[in-house]
Amino acid sequence: MLPTRELYIAGLVAYTLGIAAGLAGHVTGMARSWIARAICFLSLVGALLEFGAAIGGLLASGDLSWSLASGIPYLNYGVRLDPLSAYFILALSLLAASVSVYSFGYVGHHSTRKSPALFCAFLNLLLLALTLVFTAANILFFLIAWELTAVAAYFLIVFDHESAESRKGGLLYFLMARGGTGMLFVGFLLLATAAGSLEFSALHGVSRQLSPMVGAGAFLLLFFGFGVKAGIIPLHIWLPAAHPVAPSNVSALMSGIVIKAGIYGMARVFFDFYGALPVWAGLTVLVVGVVSALLGVLYALMEHDLKRLLAYHSVENIGIILMGFGSALLFRSFGHPQLAALALIAGLFHTLNHGVFKCLLFLGAGSVLHATQTRNMEQMGGLIRRMPSTALYFLIGAIAISGLPPLNGFVSEWFTYQALLAGFGATPDLTRVAFPIAGALLALTAALAAACFVKAFGITFLALPRSEEAEHAREVSFSMRSGMAILALACVLLGLGATWFLPVFDAITNRAFGVAISGDLVAGNGFLLTAGSAMRGTVSTVAIALALMVLGSFPLLFWFVWKRKSVQVSGPTWDCGQPGLTAQNEYTATAFSKPLRMIFAALFRPRREIQAEYEVSAYYPKSFHFESEIEPTFEAHVYGPLRTAVLSISSRMRRLQTGSIHLYLAYVFVTLILLLLFGVRG
Amino acid sequence: MSQPALALIAQVALVLFLSPLITGFSRTLKARLQTRRGPGILQPYRDLRKLLQKGMVIPDTASWIFAATPYILFATTLLAGLMIPTISAQAPLSLLGGVLAVVYLLALGRFFLALGGLDTGSSFGGLGSSREMTIAAIAEPALMLAVFTVAIAAGSTNLSTVAQSALGQSWRFLAPSQMLAFAALFIVLIAETGRIPVDNPATHLELTMIHEAMILEYSGPYLALIEWSAAMKQLVLMTLLVNVFFPFGLSAGWWQPSTLVSLVLFIGKLLLLAAAVVLVETSNAKLRIFRVPELLAVAFVLSALALISTFLF
Repeated sequence: MLPTRELYIAGLVAYTLGIAAGLAGHVTGMARSWIARAICFLSLVGALLEFGAAIGGLLASGDLSWSLASGIPYLNYGVRLDPLSAYFILALSLLAASVSVYSFGYVGHHSTRKSPALFCAFLNLLLLALTLVFTAANILFFLIAWELTAVAAYFLIVFDHESAESRKGGLLYFLMARGGTGMLFVGFLLLATAAGSLEFSALHGVSRQLSPMVGAGAFLLLFFGFGVKAGIIPLHIWLPAAHPVAPSNVSALMSGIVIKAGIYGMARVFFDFYGALPVWAGLTVLVVGVVSALLGVLYALMEHDLKRLLAYHSVENIGIILMGFGSALLFRSFGHPQLAALALIAGLFHTLNHGVFKCLLFLGAGSVLHATQTRNMEQMGGLIRRMPSTALYFLIGAIAISGLPPLNGFVSEWFTYQALLAGFGATPDLTRVAFPIAGALLALTAALAAACFVKAFGITFLALPRSEEAEHAREVSFSMRSGMAILALACVLLGLGATWFLPVFDAITNRAFGVAISGDLVAGNGFLLTAGSAMRGTVSTVAIALALMVLGSFPLLFWFVWKRKSVQVSGPTWDCGQPGLTAQNEYTATAFSKPLRMIFAALFRPRREIQAEYEVSAYYPKSFHFESEIEPTFEAHVYGPLRTAVLSISSRMRRLQTGSIHLYLAYVFVTLILLLLFGVRG
Repeated sequence: MSQPALALIAQVALVLFLSPLITGFSRTLKARLQTRRGPGILQPYRDLRKLLQKGMVIPDTASWIFAATPYILFATTLLAGLMIPTISAQAPLSLLGGVLAVVYLLALGRFFLALGGLDTGSSFGGLGSSREMTIAAIAEPALMLAVFTVAIAAGSTNLSTVAQSALGQSWRFLAPSQMLAFAALFIVLIAETGRIPVDNPATHLELTMIHEAMILEYSGPYLALIEWSAAMKQLVLMTLLVNVFFPFGLSAGWWQPSTLVSLVLFIGKLLLLAAAVVLVETSNAKLRIFRVPELLAVAFVLSALALISTFLF
């Protein structure tokens, strides 16, 4: 039996010490770089302790909860480690540990150079706040932790505050997060009023006490409130603005786990607070998931800023997770707890998997950025020779995120497909057609993601370097490589060992739907994954990996049989007879995605501008200028008008504020009268 | 040796050594339809043998990805071939992964092939990779939806179960849903195997190349592996079509007198399908690349209709 409670508290203490040490280091301004390393060590310790606590929480038979009265009405610092919380703590601490290891070598560079100690203090604050978000058991406490996360994340995003892009990205994030929290407040208050308590334990299944209208309203408020954080379309616009401008280890945590706080909130509300919901609720979540996945990957394809590309992929993967959640809601509405559990497992497993490989990819992008000083893929190339380890880890992440076997992304996408397939037979009416169509669009999304990561890896790491910086790039330090290695290993283990990981979900599905199905999902002595029963389909990632190794060595046999004289010469790539292939002959990221830009022109509305100056005739251009851009649909057509409307209303409201004290007194007086009247009537 | 192990070896041999025959047959038939004589059905075998014995030139810009790609492509395609029922309804490795794994294994091979194209630093490689990934992506929803239609009818994604269920109702292919799904998959087959009107396997003209552009820098044994994998991929997709929709003659086990009949029937079905593809190839002109999405959209609509008609009938 693990001393779960002690581990949990010790982890929080380690984070707190990290914050204190960072602030102290910043104020005194002494020995900055070793203090920063010491704080990274503290956050590593904190993460490992929390990891232990998470395992303890998952193994424990009941909930572990303890609370501290605050002395403030309604608020008490209640903490509960139920299976769902423990699962998210598990994901958080895995990522936090590898990011801490990575940060040993990373802090003290570029944007964090000015005050690494302060930077590490904020990093610890973020980890502390997230731990509290995932474990808080009181609405007010949850919202306090939620806001603390937002504040810590804001300071980390704008840490490089001298760059206007960072400030703008941070501000956008902060504003949208405010809007989201506003919705959460109202939604939670509606639930709390019905339950008569602010404790999460009292909110379990509270939806039965709500009138349908209020229930629906609270559901939508909470879904979209959490959706802002998760980055669902159309509430995603802050994500590609804020994630890339943050220091890379922060981007890794933001995309890996901070946006998952939104997913945690949804899981908590959908499967803990709400019982069976009407069909439209599940359909809404499913449709939002499909749209987010597809548009997310399409926008990612158009990016040649490596970190923005990854940020858009977060939108895509949140969509895939929501496909699982939406299906689970639908199955519960139609009374199929087994299938609901399968779909929920698909969504939750993808949550962890996406955290792992996205964190890995962002750390890889951070290493590339560190080595080349640019996020623009068109300036990269040839890095696989200069940074072989980083390239390998990034490749593993790229295969995993593309959902290719035998890594972890494949497993959770496979479960998602199986859940969607089962949906056709298990639901009545035309609702059933939604499932296979969603499945087909998931296939499109996954194939586009593969195309996008061929581009991201190929343009960044392969062929010839496209710039001086890429030419002279050097491999990153040992600790940065280790941070990536941990996550790359996790991608492999979660893929190959999925059958041994699945029992983790039993307690969660048991709590949500009263069934534990991990036994049904595993067959063949733990080597086969099934879709609920072996009849519906099986897959084995371990066997696929082994078979690929065996079959891949077949060609060597042919070599042997034919006694090949092994003449293998290195020669120049075919240059069409014009000697000297240079990086200018290479395909660029923009060119790579051109066919898709043309095919989806209706969405992208690409605009291009060509200016050429000629000498003698049109066949001898002297200089050439090419510009191409796509229309940011949501920014232009949704948020643009919204901003204009807000500005025009505020400028009209400004007339109220004349600067005359007499008028202000009159306002106070009128308000008082109105309130009195209202009070008398009430 | 136990029965399953023998069946596994038999299917490995079948996939490896039958696939060049289908390619050779297609080329010869195409030549005849164009009133050429053609090099003979066995030419692909001779090509492979010769390429495997040759030396090779590795571009000096390329990294280990370039060298690993042929092996990975070969392994993924062959493994996909072992999960599909060929002669017997019971495919040797069907438990390892159903139709989803087959599709994703082929995607894994393609992922590396596209990287191999980019690795050379030549514009041709990038051009081929870009087009290959684009066409594969837009073919994917039609492919998956058609596959779903079949899987839903059988209640399983396991291809052996699907084949057995189809075997139980031999005339099921006459159902509207099955016919529509077959039509959709036929279009996808043409796109995925790079045949006219989507891609032209015989061209080396830069404006029209897709697959050939990607593998332009490969030579010798590596090229042999890639050509062989392309032939195997064609066999895998064709087998998927013939055995899921027309499962006549699939034998129940591997070592029965009927197995030989099944083999003959299987080859016959494949040759018929290959002939159909060749007929489409010779009677059509290659489409402009930006017209290809329209063709694949037709495939998607067909498979969506297939799905909805399962619901109606």
